[in-house]
Amino acid sequence: MTASAFVEIEDVGFRRDRRVIYDGLNATVPRGKITAIVGPSGTGKTTLLRLIGGQLKPESGDVRVDGVSVQSLKRAELFQLRKRMGMLFQSGALFAELSVFENVAFPLRVHTDLDDELIRLIVLMKLEAVGLRGAVDLVPSELSGGMQRRVALARAIALDPEMIMYDEPFAGQDPIGLGVLLSLVKQLNQALGLTSLVVSHDLQETLSIADHVIMIANNRVAFEGSPAVMQSSNDPLVQQFLHGSPDGPVRFHFPAPALEDALS
Amino acid sequence: MIDWIAGVGRSTLSQVSDLGRASLMLMQAIFGRSNVGVYGRLTVDQIYAVGVLSLSIIIVSGLFIGMVLGLQGYTILTDYGSEQALGQMVALSLTRELGPVVTALLFAGRAGSALTAEIGLMKATEQLASLEMIGVDPLRRVVAPRFWAGVISLPILSLIFVSVGCLGGALVGVSWLGVDSGSFWANMQASVDFFDDVFNGMIKSVVFAIVVTWIAVYQGYDLVPTSEGIARATTKTVVYASLAVLGLDFFLTAVMFGEI
Repeated sequence: MTASAFVEIEDVGFRRDRRVIYDGLNATVPRGKITAIVGPSGTGKTTLLRLIGGQLKPESGDVRVDGVSVQSLKRAELFQLRKRMGMLFQSGALFAELSVFENVAFPLRVHTDLDDELIRLIVLMKLEAVGLRGAVDLVPSELSGGMQRRVALARAIALDPEMIMYDEPFAGQDPIGLGVLLSLVKQLNQALGLTSLVVSHDLQETLSIADHVIMIANNRVAFEGSPAVMQSSNDPLVQQFLHGSPDGPVRFHFPAPALEDALS
Repeated sequence: MIDWIAGVGRSTLSQVSDLGRASLMLMQAIFGRSNVGVYGRLTVDQIYAVGVLSLSIIIVSGLFIGMVLGLQGYTILTDYGSEQALGQMVALSLTRELGPVVTALLFAGRAGSALTAEIGLMKATEQLASLEMIGVDPLRRVVAPRFWAGVISLPILSLIFVSVGCLGGALVGVSWLGVDSGSFWANMQASVDFFDDVFNGMIKSVVFAIVVTWIAVYQGYDLVPTSEGIARATTKTVVYASLAVLGLDFFLTAVMFGEI
């Protein structure tokens, strides 16, 4: 393991049913940095987060988190490792029957022996960090989508994890919400020294806060490096993605027989 | 022909695979180290959700089935001049068969479908995945308390069903049709054996409880996380659980009362 790598993905192969998602994927997530995972829809960006979190197992290759091979862990060991990770799901995935307070307090209640007063203080601090201390008594159904995601973020950082994974955190956000979330991701990364992984389609916004970019296309890593290098890359695949061109190495169409054959 | 054989083979493999995954899920859910205090409290919450909230349908159904038994039994027994045996007929029918079976069928429809839909919705909204990423095993946190709640609740609901059914039979037979109260209750007391009838009925209930709740939690946990997937799984729970109850009832009856 390289000294600065927190996650190492080595020659990973993965398929869903018969569809190949990854074929020899290699990537590195540097420790303490914000890494953006970008790529066309359906290329397996969220799948990569699930492989790192151990929710999926690769068919071949190795996924290592802080030097530990995730797929070789037993169920109990995997749950121990996950205490060191936080994940922000696209939907927020808050527990519907619990209040905002109880949602954020949940990881503290199940993993620590802290007394109620200390838990209250931590929860209020986390909610203050995401600007939702005033929503402490509401239930998830009373919050907008963006607010739910911020509560989920507060819950994800409740245990002060070493790494946090964001799955489409900016999807469907208005400009204010997007700006708030962008600065939150950046601030949390700097203040807590987190390793952050951000899967997003909001390319320019994500690249503006990222230190490292992994671009996935055509079943493998198409680009890995800094945002500045990506912007100046002459690779036609990277250029197509950055400029949103329909024509180029990345297929717009899902694999299918020729149209003439299908219509005849 | 080859295609048909291949289809049968695929279907068989799929069923065996489903059974294997369901067994593994149950093993992981109910065996292993856990915080007894926390999971005990969650189980009590679920007993309220699947047991207490099913009381009304169980009591109303038990009452009407007991009343119908009283009415039908009286009509038949009167032909033989044996209407004093009505209490015996009502009690044996309920303790041996109708109590465990009908309660299990009602439980599958009321609580089983609710369990499947609830777990399925948690899966569709990524709450189960979220639990996993927080480092909490959803099998122990979500599935196990619901499973134990079903296993505890159904036999108790069955007992309540039988008791209310007996009262329903007495209401029709004694209060409305004029069967002698003393002979009704005395015949019932004399003919119902605790071990042969009540205990065997309870064994049936426990077996049905395990099977129905297992099917319900598995269908919820394993469904395709879409609205259509939830609808399909809920239907499957009711159909599979009902068929399993009726099939197992024959088997258990044959072993307990059929002298096989």
